[in-house]
This record gives sequence, structure tokens and C-alpha cells, in this order.
Amino acid sequence: MAFLNTKPNIDRPDDFYAELLSAHDGLNSDESQDYNTRLLLILANHVGDRDVLSQALAAASQKRE
Amino acid sequence: MLQERYQLAYKLYPYERSADQDQDTPVRHPVVVLGGGPIGVATALDLGRQGIPVLVLDDHEGVGMGSRAICFAKRALEIADRYGCGKPMLDKGVVWNLGKVFHKEEKVFEFNLLPEEGHEFPAFINLQQPYFEQFMIERVRDLQKDGVPIEIRGGNRVDSVTVKDDHIVLEIMTPEGPYKLEADWLIGCDGASSPLRNMLGYDFTGKVFQDSFLIADIRMKADFPTERWFWFEPTHGSGASTLLHKQPDDIWRVDFQIGWDVDRKEEMKEENIRRRLDAFLGDSVQYDMVWSSIYTFQCKRMEQFRHGRVIFAGDAAHQVSPFGARGANSGMQDVDNLGWKLGMVIKGQAPETLLDSYNTERIHGADENILNSTRSTDFITPKSDVSKVLRNAVLQLSKDYEFARPLVNSGRLSLPCTYDGSPLNSADALGGPARTRPGSPCPDAPLGDTFLLPMLGNEFTLLTINADAPDTLEESGVQVKRVALSASDDKTGALKERYLGDNDSAVYLIRPDQHVAARRPSFDETHFRAAIRRATGQE
Repeated sequence: MAFLNTKPNIDRPDDFYAELLSAHDGLNSDESQDYNTRLLLILANHVGDRDVLSQALAAASQKRE
Repeated sequence: MLQERYQLAYKLYPYERSADQDQDTPVRHPVVVLGGGPIGVATALDLGRQGIPVLVLDDHEGVGMGSRAICFAKRALEIADRYGCGKPMLDKGVVWNLGKVFHKEEKVFEFNLLPEEGHEFPAFINLQQPYFEQFMIERVRDLQKDGVPIEIRGGNRVDSVTVKDDHIVLEIMTPEGPYKLEADWLIGCDGASSPLRNMLGYDFTGKVFQDSFLIADIRMKADFPTERWFWFEPTHGSGASTLLHKQPDDIWRVDFQIGWDVDRKEEMKEENIRRRLDAFLGDSVQYDMVWSSIYTFQCKRMEQFRHGRVIFAGDAAHQVSPFGARGANSGMQDVDNLGWKLGMVIKGQAPETLLDSYNTERIHGADENILNSTRSTDFITPKSDVSKVLRNAVLQLSKDYEFARPLVNSGRLSLPCTYDGSPLNSADALGGPARTRPGSPCPDAPLGDTFLLPMLGNEFTLLTINADAPDTLEESGVQVKRVALSASDDKTGALKERYLGDNDSAVYLIRPDQHVAARRPSFDETHFRAAIRRATGQE
């Protein structure tokens, strides 16, 4: 089974963060949420592996006390 | 006549009447520096050590109150060391390596900076700005005793500036009335609100952030660890973020992010500052209040740093938000860059156009600093809802998942920029390590009992590693000395790793500011003569 990589894996993380933020420039709250959802589906398709996707779904649902 | 714009910590250059004030015609000085802060005094040290008479004017008579810039990075210390005052700063400063990041009620992660071995100076120190300034002025006083031509005049306020073709006329106010001076070159180091820039009507544009920070310096005898704590959305309710930093003398800096619409007068009341501090530290911690202030911040710069014979450096030329400590640190790099170029132009060793490379290189540096500090600011004070949602998601994930930690941005440490694409660089003919490519600041390396950097700088140097070259070289009026090293000097292998890479030998041409101008596996006279001309604006 493939495993979800949770180690740092993004080259130049500050550049990525800035690019992600700028993608939201000029969008209102609903548009931003739509954008994020589309982005999520695009990335999920790129990952493809069902085991990895299940682990990612679990990782994102943090239990906040 | 002269009004104090701020309170002094130390009176270091009290007003004294100068003979210039009794002359019928204005006296001409080669270089006048406006502003006796860290950048102005560093400029005086750089030029004075080259034997160029330099006069510093300041409307105040010493160093301003308050810790202000408390984080001095390796490169600024190396530059100060080249001027002869880096060691006392290091001895006095506090070094920390452990940082902790908190979000709401819990610690999300901690990090150890694990600095690279084999450097004389640490990645940075925490030191109150008045100490930094004081050590530099003490150095000025020592050099003056040896006849180094530096003069600092306190209580001298420049009220008007007239730019002529080949000089500048200054009208100066003193406690004993006005007088006039002329300067061949005028350097504006008079801070972010630069009166000089305003008098000449130059623009200063960029971004103002809608937030403010309350700084409190407190003295705690308590056993508090030497760590940096950055708290996002603290549950102690003291602000949108809180930063805790150690300084020398048992002093701690606490920064509270308190928002844009604040009643400054109300917030600055001691009882209100104590209320925030008590909530943060807990009721049982005893402390004395030392200094407090409220600041807002912006990222701005001048379009050009050089305007003919008037040149700007430090905050007068560019202003950044404080996250990442890029203010005073980048100002020191301005001086490092400008000093040798102006020195060579004044001595007739290089054409005036060499100074345009100061403009190119330091604007490159300023833009890099503004980019980094803007990103940190966007993370710390998110400007939109979605930006805050993203920021908080990163913080939540960073507790359990290592991947999110590099995305947490509470300030990126100031690193010197590499002048990629500078007109002074010769093409890389070595293919060695990327960190020492032409344009790079030379990284230090241990050489037995000493270090590499003190052997470099002040003049052009040919650094040879396992390679032959003449001991001196003169090209178009530029003197170059050789520093010869070999594998036997390199016990730790750091020199090889940083300067040779896969090569067996290398020859580097290094500028007076310890930046690489050219490199090649072996000495080639034609190649290096051309590189010297290029690095001095003669090609």
C-alpha cells in the first residue's frame, strides 16, 4: 500500500504559499471556496492512488478538542 | 532652535562649535553623511578607514532611546568586524537557537536552527540597537586617535540642500545659529522619514500594513529560557500574535500585535501594558518595565537610490516591516556595497558610473527584503478571510505534520543577497558551488586558529586555493593582493565544500565588500585583468 507523504515536499515553500494566496486575489468568500474545491479535485486526481487519498482525507479531519 | 525629536539613550557626540562656522565662505568637504544612526556611522567607518575625510551631521547629540532593531544577522556582524567592531557586539549579544511556535492554547512545534559550523559569527545575535551604535562610535573614537579622518557633529540640523553640478550646498542650523557647508558627495542615512529625501522631493512608495504592534521591553530576573516564542492568536487574549525574544541584561522584548484602530494613548498606559503582559506571562512572574512603544509598519522604497552626487542608504532608501530583521541588517549591506565604490571614485581609480552598480545591486537587495518581509507580514497579519483560513490551516496541520512547518512564516532570517546579474560580475568559469558563484557574499570558513573572512575585503583580493598566481597585480589603477591557501589550511573541509566543490583548485577575485566578482580553476592573466576592469566599472 502506498503511504501519504507528510514530510516537507514542496520546493521553495514561501513562493508556493504566495502563489496560492495570490490565486485568491479579487475573489469573494464563495468564489474562494469554489476555487479551493476545484483545486482539491485537480490535486486529488493527480495523486490518483485511492489508499493515499483515503489517508489524506483522514489527515485533514483533525480532531480539535 | 533645535528641537529633540526623540529621547536619547546616550549623549555620544554633543554639539561643539566647529571652525567651519567661522568661515566667510562655506568649507567644502569630500563626503557629508546625513544621520548619525547605525548606517551613517558605518558609512563614516567605511570611508574613513580608506583615508577619505568624512563628516557626519546629526540634529541630535547621541543614540536614541529604545532597543528598536534587536536582531543583527551574521552578515551585518561580519561587516562590523571588517570595520573593527564586530567582536564587542558578539560578546554582548545573546545567541538563541531554539524557537517555539504556539497557536491558540498550545505549542504546535519547535525548531532548532542548528547553524552551519565553521563560521566566526553566529547566524544572528539579539542586541539592543543602542549597543550596536555605541560599539561603532567607540570604534570611530579609536580610529580618530590614529588620525582616521572621521568627524561627527551633533546638534547640526540640515535645513536646506541645493544640488549644484559638481557639489551640494547645505544650510545647517546649530544651537549657536546657522552656517553653510559644501559637499562633493552627500549620503542620506537619515532614516525612514528621511528629511533629505523630503527636501529633494524624491518619492518613497510601497505598501502600508493596517496593523500595529505594541513593544514592551521588560527586565525579568526569573529563570526564563533563551528561546524565541511566537504565539499566533494567543488565548491569553493579549493580541492577534505575540512574540517573545531575549536581549542582553536580563531584558526581554515582547511584541503584541494589537490591530489597526487602537487608541495609542490608552494602550501606552503602564497599567494597560501590564495587563497584557500579566495575561501573557502569568500573574506570578515579576518584571520591571524598561521601554515601550507602538509601531506600525510598511514596505517602501525609493525608485532610485543614487541621484547624481546624492546617494541614499538604509531606511532612508528602503523600509521593510520588522519581521525577519531586514532593516538595519540591509542598511549595513548598503554601506558595505557603497563604501568601496565611492572610495574608488573619489580617489580617481574608477569612473563615476561605478556608483550606478550600487543602485542596481542594492535595489536588487531591497526588493528581495521587501518580498520576504511582505510575505511574513501576510502570514502574521492575514489581510483577507481566505488568507486567514489558509494561515490557520497551516498552523493546525503543523502540529502533527512536518510538511506544514516550512510554510509557517513568522519571519525569515535576513540573509545577504547574491548580486546575480550584476554588471560587475564576470561569467562563472569554475562551475563550483552555487553559494560562491559570482555576485555571492563570501561564506566564512575556519582556517586553523583563524577564519577566512578577516583575510578578505577592504581591497580587491585574489584568493587562490591550491593554485598559483602573482602575489600582487595592478590593473587600470586597481591594486589587487593575493591570499594563498591550500588543502593543508583546510582541516575541516569547509573551504573545499564552500569554494571548490568538485574542483581541485580555484582562483577567486573578491571585491572589497567580500563579494565574489569572478572565479576560475586556475590563474589566467587576461581573464582576471578583464574581471578587475569589469568589477570596477571600467569595462
